[in-house]
Amino acid sequence: MSTHAWLLLGAFLAVLLLAAKPLGLYIAYLMEGRLRIGRPLENVVYRLAGVRPDEEMGWLRYALAILLFNALGVLSVYALQRLQLALPFNPQQMLAVTPDSAFNTAVSFVTNTNWQGYGGESTLGYLVQMLGLTVQNFLSAATGIVVVIALIRGLARHSAATVGNAWVDLTRATLYLLLPLSFLIAIVLAGQGVIQNLDPYREVTTLEVTRYEAPRLDAAGQPLTDDKGAVLTEPAQTAVQTLAMGPVASQEAIKMLGTNGGGFFNANSAHPYENPTPLSNFVQMLAIFLIPAALCVSFGRMVGDGRQGWAVLAAMTLMFVVAAAAVMSFEQQGNPRLAALGVDQLGGPLQSGGNLEGKEARFGSADSALFAAVTTAASCGAVNAMHDSFTPLGGLVPLVNMQLGEVIFGGVGTGLYGMLVFAILAVFISGLMIGRTPEYLGKKIEAHEMKMSAIAILVTPLLVLLGTAIAVMSEAGRAGIANPGAHGFSEILYALTSAANNNGSAFAGLSANTPFYNVLLALAMWFGRFGVIVPVLAMAGALAAKKRLPAGAGTLPTHGPLFVTLLIGTVLLVGLLNYVPALALGPIVEHLVLWLGA
Amino acid sequence: MKSLLRPALSVFVLLSAITGLAYPLAVTGIAGAVFPEQAAGSLIFKDGKPVGSRLIGQPFSDPGHFWGRPSATAPQPYNAAASSGSNQGPLNPALEDAVKGRIAALRAADPGNGAPIPADLVTASGSGLDPHISPAAALWQLGRVARARGLPEAQVRALVDANTEGRQWGFLGEARVNVLALNLALDALKR
Repeated sequence: MSTHAWLLLGAFLAVLLLAAKPLGLYIAYLMEGRLRIGRPLENVVYRLAGVRPDEEMGWLRYALAILLFNALGVLSVYALQRLQLALPFNPQQMLAVTPDSAFNTAVSFVTNTNWQGYGGESTLGYLVQMLGLTVQNFLSAATGIVVVIALIRGLARHSAATVGNAWVDLTRATLYLLLPLSFLIAIVLAGQGVIQNLDPYREVTTLEVTRYEAPRLDAAGQPLTDDKGAVLTEPAQTAVQTLAMGPVASQEAIKMLGTNGGGFFNANSAHPYENPTPLSNFVQMLAIFLIPAALCVSFGRMVGDGRQGWAVLAAMTLMFVVAAAAVMSFEQQGNPRLAALGVDQLGGPLQSGGNLEGKEARFGSADSALFAAVTTAASCGAVNAMHDSFTPLGGLVPLVNMQLGEVIFGGVGTGLYGMLVFAILAVFISGLMIGRTPEYLGKKIEAHEMKMSAIAILVTPLLVLLGTAIAVMSEAGRAGIANPGAHGFSEILYALTSAANNNGSAFAGLSANTPFYNVLLALAMWFGRFGVIVPVLAMAGALAAKKRLPAGAGTLPTHGPLFVTLLIGTVLLVGLLNYVPALALGPIVEHLVLWLGA
Repeated sequence: MKSLLRPALSVFVLLSAITGLAYPLAVTGIAGAVFPEQAAGSLIFKDGKPVGSRLIGQPFSDPGHFWGRPSATAPQPYNAAASSGSNQGPLNPALEDAVKGRIAALRAADPGNGAPIPADLVTASGSGLDPHISPAAALWQLGRVARARGLPEAQVRALVDANTEGRQWGFLGEARVNVLALNLALDALKR
């Protein structure tokens, strides 16, 4: 790993950890309802909605409110896509999206996955991007935040019947956390060159005339194929370049801050209009980790023991540093097949070097690899380089990051509640080892909590492995594969892993915009999201009702290095037991073939 | 359940209006006022007509121009209305064939240049619209461009340097050369 790569990683972590504390304290202050200044605007929302802000909900009612709110989101995004031709802000006259793709995209953005089966600039008008996708970028992020806040209240309260008011929590998280920060980030990004307009696509005259092979179209505008199914082409030339436009900066900011990851354009954050400079890239990476890191601090504050939050943050940071260093070194090694052709992949002051297929020159191998580690450790899924073209092990780390359950920072809210579930599992395992009833933060962990933890931990591996098995065994599933050999299997495994863990990045060669994948992945996304949220809220309710026990001589402290080690061990144990066989069939085989030859 | 319906609908509609209309339109207004050029796409004008964007690359194959990154967009390269990478895996034979073809084209345009070719000149970018190449990739092409234009290498080298940016803030990203800006500067020299 180069000095530049270490410097970049160090600077990134330093800025992140410095920002986490003040923001975390602010979030605790906000969600405890102490932000007086926000009351007047909030009260307008509550009055119009008929909400009594001081009326709290039990866990079940809280969960129903969240489910209903998110179901409305699916309907809204689906309808906007289907009707976009009849709606304003569609200067390119984009046609109605097909039903299966619209369904997939609606579920995808509501579940904070932001998997994209479509190409943004060739499919969606500006109204869908703003009123459909940008809205869900906010609301799905707010959903994640309020669920973890409810869980924290469950741990902080004792002998209580309620975990909060879902409407109040959603409103506060959206208006006073996500909105102001997004606004700030959007303006910074616009200053770096991210576009923000509602103009029609812009045509420019290029310096040279481009000659290329264009597909031959029939009268209906569909490409003609020969009897083997290959597309027929004819020579064509053009001196015009059409530049896609749109309100990008506003969406880009919340795409990162809310760990959403759905790009305005097909190439996502590799597109120069989404991510024009190394600085915009740095800001985007920070925005991804900002709230997940800050929430650890909020957790410590709300349970009245800051060390508890720092312990969780330490476990996340340690795992992240290993993952980031691994991707950066693998990508900087380059591709031996290209080295054999005499290509110069050696890094230095005049070039980044390394494996550059699918990467942008302004980011090079180091900044692209760090971004990949960040976006998959958090359940963001934005990409600034094409993960499909990464080296086998450089692509394995993002896969593993997701498969560990998106708890290394993870999504906003989801990362912390995922990690707290693992913390409960860790005290349970250690309780078994020392023969005592496990407790976490003074709450006795009993059969009900363990059942809910087990569901929350096992639902995603089940979806990933079952979904991958279905896809590789069916004709429609195999038809989507782009790359031959073991890599083709990795493409499918990556797609299901990404969907069920609500990440949204892809080995994008896979042709996933088909009815088969649109439906399969939408199901994986929905159950991967709410199959975890519901048991987590059930656990929040049960914990809130318990008494708090004073710490005794036999209590395992949950803030020291011992517990951090135990927590990391638990996450790795569960993740590796679930996925090693699948990983061996994909990236590991590919690595051996690439370096040892076959 | 029924008592949840009204708050669900109202909170959803109100927050949608704020985050999906008020917020993007406010950002559009402010970005347009504070950063008008960037918000409109960093366009480059020549004689009043737009000839491209500083941020979006264009395809070049004339020996007298610097060439940019290979582009995997369809159907034509550098299609800025359909960004895309190749998504070819490291072992994909199609990647090896494509790289061989690019090496052959670069060597054919400059038969006397035996130096190893920098990786960014033969690998497709992530967006297919990469506006930059590495300084190494520009220097590799220096001799060819200077000969095709009948210019002294030192003069072309000065233009390359003028269009090279270092790492941002000294530690972010990579040093890079803006290919379109460099070629526009070359064309301006001729007149």
